[in-house]
Amino acid sequence: MADTSTQPRTLKSLITARRGRGRLHWTDVFSYTYLFLGVLLMFGPVVWLVLSSFKTPAGLIEFPPTLLPLGQIEVVVEGYEKPLLLFDVVQEDGTTKQLAQVRRIGIISQMVDPENPDKTVRVPIDQRVKVREFRLAVENYTDPLKRFNFVGFLNNSIIVTTVATVITLLINSMAAYALSIYEFRGRNAIMLFVICTLMIPITVILVPVYLVVTQLGMINSLWAVILPGAATPTGVFLLRQYMLTIPKDLIEAARMDKASEWSIYSKVVMPLTMPAIAVLAIFSIMWRWNEFLWPLIVLTRTEVHTLQVGLNAFQGELNVQWHYILAMTVVTLIPVVVVFAFLQKFITTGIASSGMK
Amino acid sequence: MTEIQLKQIRKSYGNVEVIHGIDLTVNSGEFCVFVGPSGCGKSTLLRIIAGLDDVTSGTVEIDGETVNGVTASERGLAMVFQSYALYPHMSVYKNMAFGLENAKLPKAEIDRKVRDTAELLQITDYLDRKPKALSGGQRQRVAIGRAIVRDPKAFLFDEPLSNLDAELRVTMRKELSALHAKMGDTMIYVTHDQVEALTLADKIVVLQKGRIEQVGPPLDLYNKPQNVFVAGFIGSPRMNLIDATAVAGPEGLTLTAPNLSVFVGKIAGLEAGARCTLGIRPEHVLLNTGGTPDTTCEVIFTEQLGGETYLYCDVEGLPQITIQQVGQLPFVKGQSLELNFARENLHVFDADGQVLVNGLGG
Repeated sequence: MADTSTQPRTLKSLITARRGRGRLHWTDVFSYTYLFLGVLLMFGPVVWLVLSSFKTPAGLIEFPPTLLPLGQIEVVVEGYEKPLLLFDVVQEDGTTKQLAQVRRIGIISQMVDPENPDKTVRVPIDQRVKVREFRLAVENYTDPLKRFNFVGFLNNSIIVTTVATVITLLINSMAAYALSIYEFRGRNAIMLFVICTLMIPITVILVPVYLVVTQLGMINSLWAVILPGAATPTGVFLLRQYMLTIPKDLIEAARMDKASEWSIYSKVVMPLTMPAIAVLAIFSIMWRWNEFLWPLIVLTRTEVHTLQVGLNAFQGELNVQWHYILAMTVVTLIPVVVVFAFLQKFITTGIASSGMK
Repeated sequence: MTEIQLKQIRKSYGNVEVIHGIDLTVNSGEFCVFVGPSGCGKSTLLRIIAGLDDVTSGTVEIDGETVNGVTASERGLAMVFQSYALYPHMSVYKNMAFGLENAKLPKAEIDRKVRDTAELLQITDYLDRKPKALSGGQRQRVAIGRAIVRDPKAFLFDEPLSNLDAELRVTMRKELSALHAKMGDTMIYVTHDQVEALTLADKIVVLQKGRIEQVGPPLDLYNKPQNVFVAGFIGSPRMNLIDATAVAGPEGLTLTAPNLSVFVGKIAGLEAGARCTLGIRPEHVLLNTGGTPDTTCEVIFTEQLGGETYLYCDVEGLPQITIQQVGQLPFVKGQSLELNFARENLHVFDADGQVLVNGLGG
């Protein structure tokens, strides 16, 4: 451990770091196994999702399933209008030959040799194996973009997410400021009350909120999604606890510096609360981006659907278009990942930058 | 030029009164130091003047105007905090300019003021740095600069040097003193360090348990303490305080304690048989050069500081006696010494701790 801390850490030394000098300590084995399982657990589903999103509908329901997206090779054979599927067929003499399937009747498949298109042969289907290659079904991505109002959904989702996050951060931070910087009677009682609202599940307030939103005439407008969840008890709690750690001297110094309450809030407290704000921003963006139930209820017209609700359109009563759902799920993941990548450094920056003693 | 007046200031937290009716005038241009042990209410008093804490009763007046209802930001005072309280996300320049920006001064004027002040405090080189890139002394300077730049009516310092190392503290002390001489503003300074108080102050206010024990110029407090608390608090090493009883003799009173008898003659207010406290500073304890000694002691510990020697001595039945002698004296542990107390520097306090006499005539 001592030697790794003195040497500059390269990525390689970080990944191959171990406790025993030169030899593997049992804790090394344990740690790496544990970490590997963790990675598998976290990234396994995502990797599966991405790989599967490139499979054809047939590839998706195939059994046994394949890990990589594979597509059956098709060949154009003279005399046939459509491209034909290619199979490896075991001949009677034991050799294997590639034949194209013309049609399949029951358990017999009528096949043709691409090099000799005039003659058809009949092959039992258990004697042929599909010839496959690695192929990305990019149409899973391109089709919904063309056929469905994907850009519209994306637009709505972005509007909802940004506006709601901005409002959430603003309202929550102001509430947190009041509940942390000011000392007044009943401060803790109010905080407790705010936290208590965490215990109320959304399903309980669904109907009342729906009635309120209807009365306000916001049904089928994006505000119906943005406003009801703007003030979150989690956010208020998170920011308030963080603001409590800001030294009181700083606030008093600002008061002595003739700063108005608004400028103390915006110029002193907010910059110092950035790490907590970043965390809340990530949460808020994820919540809003992934929100499904509430938008599904209040947004009934297709023009105002958000992505998550839009995705629901691929799920019919009788038929689920898994290939589109998977592909679009990957697309909806991207913004959250990007946001997280940009904001995560704020999470680790604590109040280490404090100018106090 | 600002005069600050406190009239019957009281402050309670719930049922606990921490400031018990304080009257004080800080004159214009004065360097006034509040000194006292922890929890004596000195910081609270400063915060009351600053407007950061409300009073329970009494009035605070700045230049004859009652400011009880005026917020901290409107009082026009500047405060330097113990923790410096620099805004960590702003550069030094921004830290100093923040107050001026809030006062909506034109940009050019802000820039001029900040640069002038930076010049004065020799922090021009760090203007673009963030506070965390500064050393303790530099941060302290920035904190003072942030106060100066606003040109306040008066400066309030809340133990500003207590986070600095000993050497830097001495340097900053001198600089503060020079700064006060140069600017001539009213300054109120809170400290628990009586050396700081003695070296900086025009006027020292000694506080204990929310009450003023004594107000006066540093040497007045040193030479003429009004009570046992001030006598013991001001001066380092501490004054020797010995509980004694006045015994009548043919020529006057003698203060006696076990193994000690100090003839004092007549002291107004002290009657035979009364309990009293005798106080003598270490430098006024003399080695007997003939005649009857006041007491005889045994050296148990010596401190050689080069220029002077401290002797810590035991006398059976008395608290430890400290002696300060000029020069490097070759005393050893266990040595017996005969001591005389200089009568002209002898302090006598009554049973309630109030002074009866500071130095006997002749």
